[in-house]
Amino acid sequence: MRLETHPILEVKRPEPFTFFFQGQELLAYPGETIASALFAHGIRVFGRHHKDGAPQGIFCANGQCAQCLVLADGRPVKACMTLVRPGMQIAPLDGLPQPPPSPAQLVLGEIEEIEVEVLVIGGGPAGMSAAVELGKLGIKTLLVDDKHRLGGKLLLQTHRFFGSQEAVFAGTRGIVIAEKLASEVRAQKSVEVWLNSPALAVFSDKKVGVLKEGRRYVLVRPKILLVATGARERSLLFPGNTLPGVYGAGAFQTLVNRDLVRAGHRLFVVGGGNVGLIAAYHALQAGIEVVGLCEALPECTGYKVHKDKLLRLGVPIYTSHTVLAAHGHDHVEGITIVQVDEKFQPLPGTEKTFACDTILIAVGLDPVDEFYRKAREFGIPAFACGDAQEIAEASAAIFTGRIAGRKAAQVLGYRVEVPAEWERTAEILKSKPGKVHALPTPPALPVFPVIHCAQEIPCDPCASVCPLGLIQVDPTDIRKPPRFSGARQCSGCGRCVAFCPGLAISLVDFRRDPANPTVSVPWEFGPDKLQPGEKVLGVDWEGKALGEAEVQGMAQVPGADHTWLVRLKVPRDWAVQVAGIRLRVREKAGVPVASLPIPEEAVVCRCERVRASEIRALIRQGVRDLNEIKAVTRAGMGACGGKTCRNLILRLLREEGVPPEEITDFVTRPLFLEVPLGIFAGMEEP
Amino acid sequence: MTHDVVVIGAGSVGTPAAFYLAREGLKVLVIDRLPSPGQGSNKAAIGGVRATHSDPAKIRLGLRTIEILSKFPEEFGYDVEWRPGGYVFVAYRPEEEKTLRELVALQRSFGLNIRWCDADELLRVVPDLNPQGLRGGTYSPGDGHCSPLLLCHAYYELAKKEGVVFRFGEGVVGIEVRAGRVQAVRTTKGLYPTKVVLNAAGAWATHVGKLLGVDHPVYPDCHEAGITEPVAHFLDPMIVDIRPGPGSANCYFHQVATGQVAFCITPEPPILGEDRRETSVFLPQVARRIIQVVPRLAGIRVRRTWRGLYPMTPDGLPLVGWVEGVSGYLVAIGLCGQGVMLGPALGELLARVVMGKRQPGDQIILENLSPNRSFQTQEVLR
Repeated sequence: MRLETHPILEVKRPEPFTFFFQGQELLAYPGETIASALFAHGIRVFGRHHKDGAPQGIFCANGQCAQCLVLADGRPVKACMTLVRPGMQIAPLDGLPQPPPSPAQLVLGEIEEIEVEVLVIGGGPAGMSAAVELGKLGIKTLLVDDKHRLGGKLLLQTHRFFGSQEAVFAGTRGIVIAEKLASEVRAQKSVEVWLNSPALAVFSDKKVGVLKEGRRYVLVRPKILLVATGARERSLLFPGNTLPGVYGAGAFQTLVNRDLVRAGHRLFVVGGGNVGLIAAYHALQAGIEVVGLCEALPECTGYKVHKDKLLRLGVPIYTSHTVLAAHGHDHVEGITIVQVDEKFQPLPGTEKTFACDTILIAVGLDPVDEFYRKAREFGIPAFACGDAQEIAEASAAIFTGRIAGRKAAQVLGYRVEVPAEWERTAEILKSKPGKVHALPTPPALPVFPVIHCAQEIPCDPCASVCPLGLIQVDPTDIRKPPRFSGARQCSGCGRCVAFCPGLAISLVDFRRDPANPTVSVPWEFGPDKLQPGEKVLGVDWEGKALGEAEVQGMAQVPGADHTWLVRLKVPRDWAVQVAGIRLRVREKAGVPVASLPIPEEAVVCRCERVRASEIRALIRQGVRDLNEIKAVTRAGMGACGGKTCRNLILRLLREEGVPPEEITDFVTRPLFLEVPLGIFAGMEEP
Repeated sequence: MTHDVVVIGAGSVGTPAAFYLAREGLKVLVIDRLPSPGQGSNKAAIGGVRATHSDPAKIRLGLRTIEILSKFPEEFGYDVEWRPGGYVFVAYRPEEEKTLRELVALQRSFGLNIRWCDADELLRVVPDLNPQGLRGGTYSPGDGHCSPLLLCHAYYELAKKEGVVFRFGEGVVGIEVRAGRVQAVRTTKGLYPTKVVLNAAGAWATHVGKLLGVDHPVYPDCHEAGITEPVAHFLDPMIVDIRPGPGSANCYFHQVATGQVAFCITPEPPILGEDRRETSVFLPQVARRIIQVVPRLAGIRVRRTWRGLYPMTPDGLPLVGWVEGVSGYLVAIGLCGQGVMLGPALGELLARVVMGKRQPGDQIILENLSPNRSFQTQEVLR
């Protein structure tokens, strides 16, 4: 269940060691989390809830919820955040854990307090970019991140970035950007980095509590707080929504792309935004079957090029469809989706059930902005950047991070400017997919690129990589679709095909055989999947089958980083239409199975197992204060502190027709994460 | 429409009082500036309920509350997570041993079920107590704890069933008085004629008093509390350590019915005022203290912390009864952080006061807690 090969990622594992699950000896590799090590052995149920025995497993894989608790050497830990160690004894957490035994010795220490100019919380694209700006000015900065590596969600992003190549590494894969930014951060002498160091609370006495390296509590007093804590995934209410196997799309990408674990075999994606579309593509790259993707709106909200990639690969996309139920006893065994009308009401008789073992929920993100709001409330000068400020692409986060870094420097009295073009670029990079234009008519030339990119999105690598400058994107607004000018003879170098992040350019070459031209299409599934002479299905930009094409060979453009060009021999009639290939007709993928029993009712608060009907009943009695719902049902009192259920309760209130002005939100309280009491008494974790 | 009683405050005191008043057939309206019941200090309480006080009035109220709570599901049909786990006051120094031993004698003279246990005996009650330096402590098995949230909400539901009307999100801006008698309560949203006003506004009681020109000696004092993740049951009683420590006068903690350990300290010097924003001081301070009493707590994870207000009075005793000078103005304020443990019994008592149905035992309570008293003594054990 570990990935042995990956078309983009290098699979390189150090010497394994053994650990134990319920006494059984299993192999793990250094650097793996407990969750990934268990998944690698097909273990997906990590415990049973103490209230109703419901199976528990991975949900966020991001340290935000507490669904993945296991007992590690007798102590409850989050499996997704804790690295497995040689000899570690892991047991499922069934019911409540025994309190750990008393420590052998009570060695209580003082709590260290340190002062810094700027504290950056979060080492993702925004936080790293901010830290680099601060470092360049020699400003004493502390960057803390809860993970074991810098990079944040860039570490999951195996795809090439959109955006402008000049400014934000467009055309480069997220994982590579993470390394570049991390080494830039490391090069800054005035920037200190603490990994595995979650921020726990922002206090009114202007200090920030940090769990340094997972072991020691430190109070940091920053002059400025820079919050780059990213986003958390939204959840959905449907029967079976807490079954192991229902994950956030980010959780899945963490397991697959960061930890190289095959987290499922048959996947269904709920949500047609960029996150869902990209996650489905990543799953295919990892050799995971994608059964389908549904989107409640009449059209996917992500970039059309991402959607088209899936269509070309034969993934069925069900628009105007939503999830009705996840089926299964201890684990997902299937999904039922249903068509919805314009008011998102299910249309009876349109239900479709598919067999799958994994359901990804990709229905949007919310800023993790608690620390920012607390800092503002307590009068600590603070900036938010990246998704913590506004949900957008990582390319935008790099920019808003830089801007926040400069602004922090200004507040500290440094005479630096925030260039006006940065602000403008950030705005452009934040923009949602725009209008879809008509595709231009291909020219009558011996060799030329065909651009299958018609939607306004902020992206320009095709223009920057063409050595002859034949592809143009409006430099004042890179959202405008690219155009091939044909003013000079295209050399057929294929750079535009290889570097387009949307895989939306093909190259048609009539020079060798005018009747059966050679068409080069991009390919991100490794060179070994295709053999010369093999017959494949040629498809148009939106996946419509065109006919049989013969693979002539594979080529690589220098620097193209795992993107290959497949040279196809194609009849001239549809040569300009072909945008990609499909290996085999995916017959099974989209075929519904017989309906499965609908499991238990939707769970709103997964920590305390509070069901939708309980909360609906309170709302119908007139309850409008989330704190009252919390007091009566315990929803929001669990380990995650309402991070998951808050949105769902607000959604139920909306569904019940309660006007927003009548609603009182949860009172937010420290801590952000659960931490052993001993840590606060100055004890160190072993 | 005229009400018999307008209660100001839907918290630990006002909510049960409204229920018991309505059960007497009175028309009761409850006004609270917050959006739902128990959103002031009730939800900040950790739920300890004891009769082991040192003042006879509080002892009587405490005993009665325990009686009410132990029969709550049978009588009212609500589970308020009452657990009779007892209270243990620990002594690690001769000073506390002396104080507690003297107190036991006094408390036993009031008929309380409390005894002094030596270290070995106490360790049998709480095996996880730090044995190092333990001299012993008091154990009162009749005390216990409940969920403040569920208790307040149960009374809220019960009161509604008795016809009590609750108005949330309304601040009281005036109390109309004519010829020395209360006439009506004016809020941000309306005017409510009434014969009686019950001030049960907790930490905000002085604001209500000022509307009548009465200066109640109630001073909000901010305490911070926390709660851990739930763990399997390992601790029965509430543990109280009255040793002073750096920045704190005492600490106390217990394991609640749902498995979490709730803990609290009393800051010393007191943090006066209504500021309830979290500070970095609390966790290191409290963790150090409670781990030294029960070292096993060290490995249990803290989930949440919060601050709440203790409406303190000069002598540590509540103010309960009719206020001289304004006819129809009743108070049940200055509960000094003991609204949950005294509220149910107080509610019954207030109903008797309004109805003029006093019982023999009520006299000493109303005398000791009179809002018109001189505040010259100090309670030994707060």
